[in-house]
Amino acid sequence: MEVMMNKTTDSNSERREMVINMGPQHPSTHGVLRLELVLDGEVVKEVRPNIGYLHRCFEKYAEELGDYASVTPYTDRMDYVSAMNQELGYVIAIERLLELEIPERVEYIRVIISELQRIASHLLGIGAFGLDLGAFTPFLYLFTEREKILDIFEKTSGARLLYNYMTVGGLMKDVPKDFKKDTAEFVKTFRPKIKELNDLLSYNKIFINRTADIGVLPEKVALNYAASGPVLRGSGMKWDLRKDDPYSIYDRFDFDIPVGSGEVGTLGDCWDRYMVRVREMEQSLRIIEQALDGMPDEGDVTEAVPKRIRLKEGEIYCRTETPRGELGYYIISDKKGGPFRVKARAPSFVHLSMLPAISKGSLIADMVAIVGSIDIVLGEVDR
Amino acid sequence: MIESYGNINPVLAVLIHALIPLTIILVYALVAIWGERKVAGFIQDRLGPHRVGGWHGWAQSIADLLKLIQKEDIVPKDASRFLFKFAPFMMFAASYAAFAVLPFSSWYIGSMIDIGVFYLIAITSVLTLSVIMAGWASNNKWSLLGGMRSAAQLVSYEVPTIATVLTVIVVSGSLNLMTVTEMQSGNDILGFLPNWFIFQNPFLIIAFGIFFISILVESHRVPFDLPESESELVAGYQTEYSGMRWAMFMLAEYADMLLLSLLGVTLFFGGWNSPFGSFMSGPAWGFFWFLLKGFMLVFVMMWIRWTLPRYRVDQLMHICWGILIPATFVNLILVALWEVVF
Amino acid sequence: MKLPEEIFNYLRENNEEAGLEYQTGDIGEPWILVEASSLKPVMKTLRDDPQLLFDVLMCLSGVHYQKEEELGVTYHINSTSLGHKLAIKVRVPIDNPHVPSVESIWKTANWHEREAWDMVGVIFDEHPNHKRILCPEDWEGHPLRKDYVQQEFYQGMPTGE
Repeated sequence: MEVMMNKTTDSNSERREMVINMGPQHPSTHGVLRLELVLDGEVVKEVRPNIGYLHRCFEKYAEELGDYASVTPYTDRMDYVSAMNQELGYVIAIERLLELEIPERVEYIRVIISELQRIASHLLGIGAFGLDLGAFTPFLYLFTEREKILDIFEKTSGARLLYNYMTVGGLMKDVPKDFKKDTAEFVKTFRPKIKELNDLLSYNKIFINRTADIGVLPEKVALNYAASGPVLRGSGMKWDLRKDDPYSIYDRFDFDIPVGSGEVGTLGDCWDRYMVRVREMEQSLRIIEQALDGMPDEGDVTEAVPKRIRLKEGEIYCRTETPRGELGYYIISDKKGGPFRVKARAPSFVHLSMLPAISKGSLIADMVAIVGSIDIVLGEVDR
Repeated sequence: MIESYGNINPVLAVLIHALIPLTIILVYALVAIWGERKVAGFIQDRLGPHRVGGWHGWAQSIADLLKLIQKEDIVPKDASRFLFKFAPFMMFAASYAAFAVLPFSSWYIGSMIDIGVFYLIAITSVLTLSVIMAGWASNNKWSLLGGMRSAAQLVSYEVPTIATVLTVIVVSGSLNLMTVTEMQSGNDILGFLPNWFIFQNPFLIIAFGIFFISILVESHRVPFDLPESESELVAGYQTEYSGMRWAMFMLAEYADMLLLSLLGVTLFFGGWNSPFGSFMSGPAWGFFWFLLKGFMLVFVMMWIRWTLPRYRVDQLMHICWGILIPATFVNLILVALWEVVF
Repeated sequence: MKLPEEIFNYLRENNEEAGLEYQTGDIGEPWILVEASSLKPVMKTLRDDPQLLFDVLMCLSGVHYQKEEELGVTYHINSTSLGHKLAIKVRVPIDNPHVPSVESIWKTANWHEREAWDMVGVIFDEHPNHKRILCPEDWEGHPLRKDYVQQEFYQGMPTGE
């Protein structure tokens, strides 16, 4: 039994601290993440994240394929919870290098699909966050809703998780006939569910007690760590690439950027990050509604797809807003058929790197809340 | 009582006598585990188990039990073997032993002792010990943390539990649970309400509220299930257990839920008394009413579990020492004053 | 908001001794090539100069240029207040791949630099925790080098299919 405690010496006094491995198999690390926690009782003195358990070297695959278009299915597997957004980022990067004109209809479908994906991803993120805090039921309610989005995606692309639907210059195939009807129906039924979620979880006293003032991330620190997406917005910074560096046709839509306000605690705490996601879902619904109105009914979605992609030498850094934040693709092309270098800048990777900075001195239970509130997907962290 | 078994061999009589609560616990545990899944299913907008055995999957718990029996019994290499193996049985034994002083009906009580309440509280403290034992003996850091949390929480919450029980004792003047129940017979309050303690004294309603929160903590239920909180401590003190030993923990946990609910029923809701005066009353109906009331409290516990998130350790302690304990003692004085005045 | 070319001119006026070069590919975005020795002061200027205010390091990527026998690091930086973005490049010879760490300027560089070391093999001087991040600590070679050959066994386990 003597292996239990690791004696470490403090500069002044001798203390007994325990080093404990949270993960790689642990219910709330959202995949195979290992956090080395140095504990004093239940107080976390130090966190050392260890990643790489899911590393497949996506970038090597992309370089060795010798073809720009074949990389798309691999991007799906990075953030498998929001695969559509990952594809979108990549195809936009290549399209910019090609200076390709995209048909209207394709742009609208892309926006609708990626906003639906954003909702689906947030539903999972919020649900899993609740689950981390012991609230089991909201998770299943949210999953029911996510299921409806996946049904739409299944009808559209044939797959439920890894779609390979977007392609350079267009889409793999046209949306089904009743896509508009299904999506409009979902928007209508989903709106009241957000209110239900707020009643059940967001403003629950225990939930607020567990998340307010926990894992506070000040705006300055967030920027220094290059946080983005809901994590940065939770700290009160109005920054959304859909508005600040518009891609696709996002500049045509009218929507707000929800930011954290420190409503129930300190600005930038777990609750703020959580609430930004909830409010973003409402905004996504607004975008979808507008896009459904503007979407042309006729048009060939594959007409702009190039038969063979040949690029000159050059490079681009293209960033898009995924549910987790800024997804950047740094692509260097040479005269060969495939990319010379593809680097994916994954938001979860960046967010995880700031975990030690915001979780010092918290309890184990808070660690779980903090990891849940930055909503990481390990497929994207390890790539 | 034992004398009423007549001419049967006394040893056999004791055995039969002791087997009654055990049968109830075992059958109840099977039903309650299935019931909990069903309740969870309905609350979460899904069906719950509905395959095994046909009608609403009633045989699910039995199937699970058969599966658990077949599982390998794993003891970690560096575990303290004896304590590790002993802890689940000790935990169940403690809950089971406590059933001895509960009056199931006017006709049946395991042991008619005058200090019933005192005995019950003392014997349930052994639960804490077995949880620490399991947590420490597993030689797993998560188990250890779970055990430590459990010790802190159970010891703390014993204070408000005992103090609320004390408020009832102030009213009843007896520690014998049979006497306490008998005092609650009849329907005299406002002409129709049963003479249950919860209706006798307005401050006892507050006492029941505190008591109910405390028993949620004592039986490790959400929002206070910190010792085994899945998302934080993997499975707390149960992490290293498998097969039947784990099933014993499960059984003990459900037995504990029932035990504390039944204690609540005895102290506040008239025990085996019928809510309709002499209508549907008698020894057999006593069993029915007693268990029905107990199951209702168990159902409320399940309902809470599938609705709320979980508290944090320090918040749990704050609720105990900062709110519940002062409130209980103020309440105790108010109850006593009420008794003196009226 | 400034274009990369304006930023380059502005930088050259202020840091005359730093070897800066403005380059473009045939397509895509331009970048500024900086000598490794003057990387840190240039980066500091980029972050702190009131005309520039690059407060976010969006991305840091290591690149292996096999033909030139060089390793490169590309920094993509962004200013949230002024709204401009820029790519900075450093290139070092493969047999002496030392690049100063920018961890002290942007904290986010910490993990990105570890990744660049792990994947391409750039050594970042003054990095507080210069360790591999995605591969195990005892892995051989840097996977994203163009001439990388995967080791056959890792701790006795075959790595191929």
